[in-house]
Amino acid sequence: MYNGKFGIWLFLASEIMLFGALFSTYVLLRVGAPEGTWPIAGAATTRGDEILNVALAALNTAFLITSSVTMVLAWANLKMMNFKKGQTMLLVTVLLASAFLVVKYFEYNAKFHHYAVTFNEHFEHEGVESNTFTATTPAGTTKTIHYLHGHVESTKKNAEGVIESYEFLPDAEHGHGDAATHKAVEIPASEIARITNYGPGGSTFLGCYFVITGLHGLHIIGGIVVMLYFLATGSKMWKTQPDKYANRIECTGLYWHFVDLVWIFLFPVLYLL
Amino acid sequence: MGSSAHEIQSHLKKYYMVFGALLVLTGVTVAVAEMHVSIGMAIVIALFVASIKGTLVACYFMHLMEERSMIMWILALCAFFFLLLLLFPVFTVGEQIGGLAEPMRGLSPQ
Amino acid sequence: MSDHSHDLPFWKKYIFSVDHKVIGIQYTITALLFLAFGFGLMLVMRYQLAYPNQPLPGVVASVLSEPVVGEVVINEATGETGKILTGDGYNAFGAMHGTIMVFLAIVPLAVGGFGNFVLPLQCGAPDMAFPRLNMASYWTYLPGGILMLFGFFVKGGAANNGWTSYPPLSIITPTLGQTIWLLGMVILITSSLLGSVNFIVTAVQLRVQGLSFFRLPFFVWAQLVTSFLLLLAFPPLEAAGLLQLMDRVAGTSFFDPGGLIISGVERNTAGGGSPLLWQHLFWFLAHPEVYVLILPGLGIIAEVIANNTRKPLWGYKSLVYSAIFLGFMSFIVWAHHMFMTGMGTTLSTFFQATTMIISVPSVIILTCLVISLWGAKIRFTTPMLFALSFLPMFAIGGLTGLPLGLTASDIHLHDTYYVIGHFHYVVAPGTIFAMFAGIYYWFPKASGRKMNEWLGRIHWLGSFIFINAVFMPFFFMGMAGVLRRQFDQTETLHGAAVQGLSVMATWGAIGLALSQLPFVINFFWSMFAGERVGANPWKATTLEWTAPSPPPHGNFDAVPVVARGPYEYSVPGEDEDFSMQATA
Repeated sequence: MYNGKFGIWLFLASEIMLFGALFSTYVLLRVGAPEGTWPIAGAATTRGDEILNVALAALNTAFLITSSVTMVLAWANLKMMNFKKGQTMLLVTVLLASAFLVVKYFEYNAKFHHYAVTFNEHFEHEGVESNTFTATTPAGTTKTIHYLHGHVESTKKNAEGVIESYEFLPDAEHGHGDAATHKAVEIPASEIARITNYGPGGSTFLGCYFVITGLHGLHIIGGIVVMLYFLATGSKMWKTQPDKYANRIECTGLYWHFVDLVWIFLFPVLYLL
Repeated sequence: MGSSAHEIQSHLKKYYMVFGALLVLTGVTVAVAEMHVSIGMAIVIALFVASIKGTLVACYFMHLMEERSMIMWILALCAFFFLLLLLFPVFTVGEQIGGLAEPMRGLSPQ
Repeated sequence: MSDHSHDLPFWKKYIFSVDHKVIGIQYTITALLFLAFGFGLMLVMRYQLAYPNQPLPGVVASVLSEPVVGEVVINEATGETGKILTGDGYNAFGAMHGTIMVFLAIVPLAVGGFGNFVLPLQCGAPDMAFPRLNMASYWTYLPGGILMLFGFFVKGGAANNGWTSYPPLSIITPTLGQTIWLLGMVILITSSLLGSVNFIVTAVQLRVQGLSFFRLPFFVWAQLVTSFLLLLAFPPLEAAGLLQLMDRVAGTSFFDPGGLIISGVERNTAGGGSPLLWQHLFWFLAHPEVYVLILPGLGIIAEVIANNTRKPLWGYKSLVYSAIFLGFMSFIVWAHHMFMTGMGTTLSTFFQATTMIISVPSVIILTCLVISLWGAKIRFTTPMLFALSFLPMFAIGGLTGLPLGLTASDIHLHDTYYVIGHFHYVVAPGTIFAMFAGIYYWFPKASGRKMNEWLGRIHWLGSFIFINAVFMPFFFMGMAGVLRRQFDQTETLHGAAVQGLSVMATWGAIGLALSQLPFVINFFWSMFAGERVGANPWKATTLEWTAPSPPPHGNFDAVPVVARGPYEYSVPGEDEDFSMQATA
C-alpha cells in the first residue's frame, strides 16, 4: 500500500461524506415536500422522470461505465509495460468522459429553456387553459395549483424594461411532450404568481438535481484535467520510473471509479425514483 | 499492490465480464423503473441493484478486496456515518411536532 | 537525508517551503495573529456589554467606522459625540469572533501548527508523507482566512449571523460579508482536507522501524483521531456552504421554506426548503469540530505531564482507546445542539443518551492524566503550570456540559450565557492553555533557545486568574436567564440584575489581555536572545528530542530505531530518570 494510494482512498472517504450530505439533503427535502410541489409545481407523480430525460441519462451511464473499464485497462496495460496501449486507453477514457459532459450540456440547456408558470387563479385565453392540481395539506385543507409548463418564445417589455407579458408555448403534457401541436398564447405578467425556468431555482428537486449533478460534473472535469496532464507528460516519467507512473494512473483510476460509483447511485435516485 | 504482469493478464477477462454485468444491470434498473411499482419497492430495488453495481466496481475495478484491511475498516466507518447522515435528519423532521406532509408519513418512527 | 536546502532561493525556503517545520511555524504565527484579532473583537464587544450605550474609548473608536459603529451624543451641552457599537456591528463582531477563533486560530494552531511541526518528528520521519500537499494546505488556509476578514470592508460589513449562520436569516441578510464567509469556509475546508489526508498517511505509513502503534506518543494518537474527524466531518459543511451560497446568489430554496416576507415584499423563490436541514448539516461537522478543538490539546498536556512528572503516563492504553471511542461517538451526538427545534422525544432521547455516553471517554482521559500526577516528583516549569491548571479547567468545562446534554435542563439553559461559559471553559482555559503549554515546551526544539521562565510564570498566573474572572460569571448569568448574542442585557430586568457580573467579565478580559504582554515579549525576545539549548533541554523521551534543535531539513542525523515505549521515565536500574525512545 504505497502512500499515494492510501491518500487517495482517504480522500475518497471524505468524498463519500460530501455526496452523502447532498443525498441527505435530497431525502429530507423530498420527504418534507408538500404534495404537488415535487419535482415541480403541478407534477403528476413525484418521480424524477416527470421532468428528466431517462434515455439520455441511461446513455450517460453507459458512457461512464465504459470509461471505468477503459480506465482500469489503461492501468493494466501500463503494469504489463504496454505504454502505448495504456495511453490509448487513457485517451479513450477522456473521450468517453467528454461525451458524458456533452450530453449533460444538452440536458442542462433544455432545462434552462423550459419554464413553469403558476397562476394566481385559473387562466384561460385563446383556447389555452391552465392545468389544475389539487393537493391536500396535512391539516386536511385543499390547495389548488394552476399551472402551465412550456417554453417562452418572447417577452414584451414596457418603457422601464419590466416584462409585461410572455409569448408562451405550452407543453402537450405535464412533462416535456411534443409542443408542435400547440400554439403559443400571450400571458400577461399580472396573472402570473411565479414564473421560473427549470434551473436550480425552479423547485427544491431541481435545486438538488443541479447541485448533485453539477458537483459530479465538476469532478468529471477534474478527472479529465488530470488525465490530460498524464497524457501530455506521461512519456517523460515512463522513461525513468515506469512503476511510479503506473501507480499514478492507478490512483487516478481509483478517483475515476469513485466518480462512476457516485453516478451509479445518482442515476436511479434522481431519474427513476 | 505488487501484481505481476502475468497476474494482470488473467484479470483482463474479469474486467470484461464485470463490464457486461454492469451494462446488463443498468438495463435492469431502467426496465424495473418502467414497471412503475410502488415507491417503497422502487427504492429498495433501485438501491439494491445500484449496490450490486457499486460492489462490482469497488471489488474488481478498484481492487478493494486486495487492499489492507485498514482501508476496508475506514470505508465501513464511512458507510456507517453516511447512513447516519442520510437517515437521521429526516427522522427528526418526521417526528416534528406538527407532523409531515402526507406522502411519506409512514417513514417516521412513531 | 538530502540537505539541499541551502541551495533553495529565499521564497522556496521560507515562503513556499515544503518542510513541515517551516509550514508548522507559518501556521503557528498566522494562527496566533488571528487569535489576537479575534480577541480584539471580543474586547470591543465586552466593553459595550459592560457599558451599554456608552462611547468606546477614543483609541478604539478611531479604527472603527460604519456600519460597525454609530454616533451617539455624549454631552448634550457641548454636542460632543462618541462612537458606540451598533447592533449590526455587535452581531458582526460576534459572528466573526466565533468563526475566527474556531476556524482561523485554534484548529490551525493545534493541528496545522503543532501537528505539522511535531508529528513527523515523533514518528521519526524526515517529513510529512506529501510535503507539497502540506504547503498547499497552508497556502489555502491563509487566503481563505484573509478573505474572511475582507468581509469587514465590504458593503454591509462582515457576516453577522453567528458563527452558525442559521437560515433563513443568513440567506436573506443583504450583507456581502455573509457570501464572503461562505466562500471563505469552502476554501478553509479544502485546506483542512488536504492536511488531514497528509497527517493520517504520515502517522500510519512513515513510522520508523520499531515504532508500533502502541509505542506512539499519545500526542500522535490525538492528532490521528483528530485528522479522521476533520476528514469525515467537514465535507457535509462544505456541501451545506455550497447550498447556502446557491440560496443567496442563485435563487434556490434549499433552506427557504417559502413565503418569507422581507420589508413587505415576498421573496420570490420556489420555497419548500428546510432551515433545519442547515442545522443538521452544520452540526454534523460542528460537533466533531469541538473534539478537534480539544484532542490535540489533550495530546500536548499528556506529553508535558509525562515529561514533568518524570513518570510514565498512567493508563496509556485507556487513553488511546478513549480517544478512539471519543472520536467515533462524536459523530453520533450532533443533534444535542438542536434539542429546542421541536425534534420529538424518541430522537431527543437518542441524542441525549449518546451525549451522556460521550462524556465517559473524556472523564477517563482526564482521570488518567490526573492519576499520572500521583507519586510524581513534579517540575513546575511553565509548560507544567499550564498543564496542571488545564486539568481542573477542563473538568469545569466538561461537567458544565452535562446539564446542556440533558434535554430537561437544556430547556432552561439553551442559548443562555451558561452555554458560552461551558464552551469557553473547554476551549479557553482548556485548549488555549494547552497551546501555551505546547509553545513553551517545543519552543526550544523549534528555535534552539529556551523561553524565559519568569516571564512565563507571570504570563501563566495572570492568564489563570483573569480567564476565570471572565468566564466563571457566565454560568451565573446564564442561570439567571441572560440570553446569548444580546447587544444590551440591561434591557431586561434579570439581565440588569446581574449586570455586575458582566462588568466583572469585561475587566477580567482586560486583565487577560494585559497578561499576554509578558508572553508576546518573551516569545520574540527569546527567539533572538533566549538561553541556547541542545537537543533535549527538558530531558524528554520522545523521538523529537533526538533531533538537533532546531532540526535540519530531513530532521534526523541518523534514522532512529525504536525499541521502547514513549514514556520510559524513572525506569528502575537505569542511570538517568529517563530513557529515550530511540535506541540507535
